[in-house]
Amino acid sequence: MIKPVDNHKLAAKLLLGVTLMFGFGFALVPLYDVFCRVTGINGKVDLTPGAYLAGAISSRSIKIQFIAVNNQTMPWKFKPKEPSMNVKLGQTYQTAYLAANMTENDMVAQAVPSVSPSAAAAYLQKVDCFCFNRQPLAAGEQKEMGLAFNILPGMPEYIKTITLSYTLFDITAADGKELASAQQ
Amino acid sequence: MTPSTEQIVSKDIEDQAVQATGFEDHHGPAKGFSRWLYTTNHKDIGSMYLWFSLAMFMTGGCMALLVRLELFQPGLQFLEPEFFNQMTTMHGLIMVFGAVMPAFVGLANWMIPMMIGAPDMALPRLNNWSFWILPFAFSMMLMTLFMDGGGPNFGWTFYAPLSTTFAPPSVTFFIFAVHMMGISSIMGAINVIVTILNMRAPDMKMMKLPLFVWTWLITAFLLILVMPVLAGVVTMMLMDIHFGTSFFSAAGGGDPVLFQHIFWFFGHPEVYIMILPAFGIISEIIPTFSRKKLFGYSSMVYATSSIAFLSFIVWAHHMFTVGMPLAGELFFMFATMLIAVPTGVKVFNWVATMFRGSMTFETPMLFAIAFVVLFSIGGFSGLMLAIAPADYQYHDTYFVVAHFHYVLVPGSIFSIMAGVYYWLPKWTGNYYDEQMGKLHFWLSFIGINITFFPMHFVGLAGMPRRIPDYALQFADFNAISSVGAFIFGFSQLLFIYNVVCCIRKRNQASKQVWEGANGLEWTLPSPAPYHTFTTPPKVD
Repeated sequence: MIKPVDNHKLAAKLLLGVTLMFGFGFALVPLYDVFCRVTGINGKVDLTPGAYLAGAISSRSIKIQFIAVNNQTMPWKFKPKEPSMNVKLGQTYQTAYLAANMTENDMVAQAVPSVSPSAAAAYLQKVDCFCFNRQPLAAGEQKEMGLAFNILPGMPEYIKTITLSYTLFDITAADGKELASAQQ
Repeated sequence: MTPSTEQIVSKDIEDQAVQATGFEDHHGPAKGFSRWLYTTNHKDIGSMYLWFSLAMFMTGGCMALLVRLELFQPGLQFLEPEFFNQMTTMHGLIMVFGAVMPAFVGLANWMIPMMIGAPDMALPRLNNWSFWILPFAFSMMLMTLFMDGGGPNFGWTFYAPLSTTFAPPSVTFFIFAVHMMGISSIMGAINVIVTILNMRAPDMKMMKLPLFVWTWLITAFLLILVMPVLAGVVTMMLMDIHFGTSFFSAAGGGDPVLFQHIFWFFGHPEVYIMILPAFGIISEIIPTFSRKKLFGYSSMVYATSSIAFLSFIVWAHHMFTVGMPLAGELFFMFATMLIAVPTGVKVFNWVATMFRGSMTFETPMLFAIAFVVLFSIGGFSGLMLAIAPADYQYHDTYFVVAHFHYVLVPGSIFSIMAGVYYWLPKWTGNYYDEQMGKLHFWLSFIGINITFFPMHFVGLAGMPRRIPDYALQFADFNAISSVGAFIFGFSQLLFIYNVVCCIRKRNQASKQVWEGANGLEWTLPSPAPYHTFTTPPKVD
């Protein structure tokens, strides 16, 4: 005959399994981030400045498109200076995004980049980018925010067009705290 | 842990127990409501689960009929779009968590101890608790419909940020309701595993277990592995909404696609939680009415285990269109198609069991055969959806709605009905009305096919799901679907009437009930006494 003690032991083990799986659900959050960063999928890009490339300019050229997105209630005017460029791989180019704070309040913004197709994310090097810093604008102020980039010549052949998208977030309330995006 | 609360002994039930088990038994059910509130008896709890599930099935069904009423014609007739969204969402949530899952737990409570020769579930008090959480969870969920801003309106998959940033304020109650039903399922699953592993009659080896018990054992492990992940994901939502975290908010460095990954890591095993016990029920019924042993018993066990394993590595086929890399799409596409292999094994085994059997077509068998045919149709449309490049056309259309209703309605729901008709004489001691049962079957069978088959066509033609209005060219098929839905919905009243008559009208069932039935539960008298197998039976 089975003793209740055996039942309780097994139930306790199963309960431990439940607890571990609850933890695993939360562990998926950093695991997902790590997975995306290691594989470069999801278009998450490095927020560290890339190096200037001298000499290694290839003859292959591709098209790069620029997109500006305002997150939710972000009221600024935000758009790329040029909608697209034809660029040679390996050469460093300069362009800019235009931002205007049309409100009556001083505000701080943070731009977060994303690259499509995601396979191109690892090859798009930002030499200098307004997304490296927070962007404060006084009420009514306008600004041209600079961007310098190059594309590593090793990029797979099938990629003919890259889309670089910036989403602008209002971080006025959170200014002064360290943001999750700044930790990367 | 023997319950000692019931002091009032009902004389005739004790007499039956004495007849059944051969020795005096001092416990009988208490009288009145406290019997149900305090009961630790697996049969009482099983019945409560089944009645609860029936109530939720009718509630969710009414919501579906409201949806079909609105979709009878293009344009907006009866419902505000906001309320329509709440109806589609609540219909899904209630059917998944309130109707299908509790029905299977109810069947497990009733049948598993009787099938393995155990006197009760292993943890009877936990069993009582896991049932009584449910009415509270669902009251809380249904209450949200009367709150400011209405109930959940973001679809049963509650994708963030629709369910966080843009959700109605009642979402917090929804989250707690999901927590509670999750706790209930986890406790139920622990109980099932402990019962099956520890409480089997001597000589009831694992590979002798009835398939319903096997499939439930595997289902219980799935529940333990994924329900905590669901609890985790709604907890993250709660924190995003109230505590300023940014798990799913891009503005704070989070990622909305992360929500879909975690949700479907739970969600795909969840759909197998809703079908594996159904496989078990069908594997009990088909051999009985074919008067043959089940073909390929061990391959059934291994096929079920493989399906359970595969369910953990296919989740992203629900989200092919989020912009996954090609390698990811290919992996999830092929892994998904692989599931067709063990599923095919099961379907062929059922067909082989029927082959050259001496078949009769009582109501449970009709439902079981309809299950095999219609579930296979749902399986095939699932294969079509698994093709990643084609999925871009099918995604979020009525084709998906047709697919999952074909596997859930004539799949899970038909199996539950088959199981209820099959075991009802054992539970009540009376045969149900066979003619009425058959009528119920044919009305349901015709009703669901009229409802869901045209959805394949409107889906392929591009009609999106979860929208109260549609383009004119979809009008005819939608009108047909709505007619079918009302036929199916109202024919369920026949089912309830039949069950109630079966409980009340004397039409004594024999011990074995069905001529071809084999297994420990059929060695007990009908109705099964309050306490059974207090001494373990001999298993040959």
